[in-house]
Amino acid sequence: MANVKKEKIIELVDITRQFDDGVIAVDNVNLYVRKGEFITFLGPSGCGKTTTLRMIAGFDKPSSGKILLNGEDISHLPPNKRPINTVFQRYALFPHINVYENIAFGLKLKRVKVTYQDKNGKQVERIEKLKKHELAQKVEKALKMVDLEGFEKRSVSTLSGGQQQRVAIARAIVNEPEILLLDEPLGALDLKMRKDMQLELKEMHRKLGITFIYVTHDQEEALTMSDTIVVMKDGVIQQIGTPTDIYNEPKNSFVADFIGESNIFSGTMVGDRKVRFINHNFDCVDDFAKNEKVDVVVRPEDVFLMDEDKGQVNGKIISSIFKGVHYEMVMQVGKTEIVIQDTIERKVGEKVSIFIKPGDIHIMEKEFSTNKYDGYITKKNTVCFGDGEFECDVTQLYEGSFLDEEGYLITADGEKIDLTDVDVNVEVGLKDIEISDDAEAGGAIGNIVSMIYKGDHYQLIVRTDENEEDYVFDTEDTWNENDRVSVIIPKEKIKLSLKQEVKR
Amino acid sequence: MIKKFFTRGYIFLILAFIYIPIFILVIYSFNSGKSIGAWENFSFIWYSKLAEVKDVVINTIVLAVVSAIIATLLGTLGAIGIFYSKGKLGKSVKGMSQIPVVNSEVVTACALVMLLVIMGFSHRTIFGLYVGHITLSAPFVVLSVLPKLKQMDGSLYEAALDLGATPTQALFKVILPEILPGIFSGFMLAVTLSLDDYIITATLSPLDFDTISTAVYKAIALTTEKSSEQVPIYRALTTIIFLITVAVVVVMNVRADKRVKEKRKV
Amino acid sequence: MTLASKEQTNGTIKKRKFHLSFSRKQLCIPYALFLIMFVVFPLLLVVYYAFTDSTGAITLNNFIEFFTDTTKISTLLISVLVSFVVTAICLLIAYPVAYILSKMNKKIAFVLLLLFIMPMWINFVLRAMAMKELLSLIGIPLGSGANIIGLVYDYLPFMILPLYSTLIKMDKSLEEAAQDLGASKVRVFIDVTLPLSLSGIISGAMMVFLPVMSCYVITDAFSGSTGFTVIGKLIAWCFLGENGTMTNINGGATISLIMLIILFVTMFATGGFKSEDNVRGTNI
Repeated sequence: MANVKKEKIIELVDITRQFDDGVIAVDNVNLYVRKGEFITFLGPSGCGKTTTLRMIAGFDKPSSGKILLNGEDISHLPPNKRPINTVFQRYALFPHINVYENIAFGLKLKRVKVTYQDKNGKQVERIEKLKKHELAQKVEKALKMVDLEGFEKRSVSTLSGGQQQRVAIARAIVNEPEILLLDEPLGALDLKMRKDMQLELKEMHRKLGITFIYVTHDQEEALTMSDTIVVMKDGVIQQIGTPTDIYNEPKNSFVADFIGESNIFSGTMVGDRKVRFINHNFDCVDDFAKNEKVDVVVRPEDVFLMDEDKGQVNGKIISSIFKGVHYEMVMQVGKTEIVIQDTIERKVGEKVSIFIKPGDIHIMEKEFSTNKYDGYITKKNTVCFGDGEFECDVTQLYEGSFLDEEGYLITADGEKIDLTDVDVNVEVGLKDIEISDDAEAGGAIGNIVSMIYKGDHYQLIVRTDENEEDYVFDTEDTWNENDRVSVIIPKEKIKLSLKQEVKR
Repeated sequence: MIKKFFTRGYIFLILAFIYIPIFILVIYSFNSGKSIGAWENFSFIWYSKLAEVKDVVINTIVLAVVSAIIATLLGTLGAIGIFYSKGKLGKSVKGMSQIPVVNSEVVTACALVMLLVIMGFSHRTIFGLYVGHITLSAPFVVLSVLPKLKQMDGSLYEAALDLGATPTQALFKVILPEILPGIFSGFMLAVTLSLDDYIITATLSPLDFDTISTAVYKAIALTTEKSSEQVPIYRALTTIIFLITVAVVVVMNVRADKRVKEKRKV
Repeated sequence: MTLASKEQTNGTIKKRKFHLSFSRKQLCIPYALFLIMFVVFPLLLVVYYAFTDSTGAITLNNFIEFFTDTTKISTLLISVLVSFVVTAICLLIAYPVAYILSKMNKKIAFVLLLLFIMPMWINFVLRAMAMKELLSLIGIPLGSGANIIGLVYDYLPFMILPLYSTLIKMDKSLEEAAQDLGASKVRVFIDVTLPLSLSGIISGAMMVFLPVMSCYVITDAFSGSTGFTVIGKLIAWCFLGENGTMTNINGGATISLIMLIILFVTMFATGGFKSEDNVRGTNI
């Protein structure tokens, strides 16, 4: 069914969901799903994927935006009125009734329009419950679909995890929904069972021909099963694409890091389709402006190991681990480490060189080149921004100015200015931030929320509690996610500019 | 060995402390004489006189069952409401619900008297009596239902809606069956609390209305000639209540045992 | 009539039947109204009556009267003392029982537990009668001693239940961990078991301490001519008088308010108690 563009079955338009406590779980998401598609929402916990699913199911209402089903707005339709069924994370089977009753639950509530012909040949419409034998037939068919024939009378508490899972699927598909939602349905199963169920679900999707919307944090699961993957982070869609697209052409370093293993380097464009990283100019296929700072992603399996001086860059193997099919080796070039997967082992200490094909070098825009904040100057001539207060040099706001003894700013023209409460734009470079685990040492305090290795350094994000302000910076030190740290910015590294002229 | 001897001996001793008074009562309920300690003849005379306290027993049972039904209704709905409202409403209702649990019965009863007085009612009416008993037992129904709601898988309700049930249908078809054991134990608790109560009944019941509690109180505390006449009848009544209790406990345990075994068989 | 055609519309058909629609939160509204009407408002009335006289004028006389009346003050003090003694004795008897039961084979322990709490299902006053008759049989005279025996007898089951349910819920590996780290059995009990069962002790104590202060049924039956009584009797007297008629609503409200203050003080001192703990067998 490859290239046949089918019609959109569900469409999310500008969907935002803000919880009562102010947390924005889903931030202005736009997305459509085509009929019959197997689409997966993929992302770390708390990325908004489950909230998005719950809004499609109707358990959660969007704070703003619209959900369209076959073009009709269903944002305010309660879940029981939507032709959508869900397979819940922990199955949510009703423990007080048996397998048959569980599966028949939805059918028993269903009303169908039946047209009769009365004596005079007139058409009469009636709304009726499903007939008992029809019900039994449907339940039987659903049980057969999930390979659980003969389990009708069993109590759900006597079933194994895998069997409960199957009952949960049967209970959903028996209602013949237009869309089946699956909320991490394989999370509670062991590894082998999970692999089997992945294939079975895929097969079921093929047989039923309905739309599957699947939520998972397991990238391998997503790659195996989906037609389309939606990668999410912090309530924002990072990338939408086929598994191959997402894997081969990650849009940013987050996607690259989350999907599969990858080497992420900081590079600079040095010419037309030429990028420089690990001290070498590589040919590449992506076009970016000259001198632009970029992120470079190279998959470990795309790095070819060669004897010394035969490839593009020389280095030394510093670790080698057998992983079954291949060896995972780490090569060091200067201060940078490169992860390589190869079937031939190179011993630790061996001098080697690497070769990377231009098509395997994925270049993406640097996510952050500088931190920008709105701030204001305090009485003490410090600056407040990003939930913190920092020492700064306010004289940079006016060229040639200086501070008098009372702390007033004297401009080059000799004018006296009180800077208290003046709004300023603050800019801090990625290399200008340090952190310390001493809470008193810096101007702001937060937790490390992200840490991405970029070959020779980590890019960290420290997020404050109060307004969730982010500090993005590069460091060579190793920290742990969720570490509580304070942010130190040297006085001279804080670049200030006025938002508007100060009244004198 | 010695430790075992001591622990068993201790348990036995405390059980003896609890049961000897009851057993003595049971034994002397078959004594034709009135006073304890002076055995005359084995007889059923006091059992045949139980008819004299028939009204008292009926009053007690009707009051207990009816007030427990109302308390169970109020308390179950209350518990569901409390559980599903995460905000101030749930918290404040839960807080108010604690008051009768910790407050002394005398104060609860007297506060109700004041309410009835200020509303211009007589403070000794059947209405007030029922309100008193419901006030006493509804919070305990809430306390027995809430844990069942907490144990319930939170997505069951959503699953029901997902399968096409309206909120009302989901409530009746999923939530209520799930918390039924809690509702039942809450109801039983409400019945026992009402049966056991003396103070609220003594304060709020009409003067000519006696339950077992108030009638026995009159017999043992006031020791007027007429009331102490009835003490031996209450011995017979105690014996019957005790036997019923034992029977109920045994039957319920046997049934619970059976259910466990049936589950294992599957 | 013949069945002509049939089509399913996936439940989107408007139901003709009227459906009551409400949110689950709203289910607690009847109960909330009941509580406001019959619990909260009456307590406000207690405060009102405690600070007014029979004409409705605001006054502190009720309190002055109470605290200058030596018999009332001594009754209050004796009530607190008796409650304290009864609670302590109940705890001393019940804790070993609960502890031993929690260490036993679950099935036997459950049967024994039932034996301990079964008297709770026999009427409270009938139980008091049984004990009174036993005392007269073995010749213990009525008075304060008989009162304490009677009170302990009636309230013991209320203490055993919360203690047992706390002990049985306790993670057994904690005790094993303490032993593993070198603690003797006595130290394990003092350093681990006892502190971890504190919430059960508090719940049990709350189930005994305050009710005893108001439980004038027992004192009326067990004091004989000694006139020994508890504060609850004074309140009841104001409302019941000699033959069930109200005598002094303001005086009764004053003592009720004092009882409420004692309640708050004990709750505060013990850090409140978790009603989720098994009081009166809500979780059997």
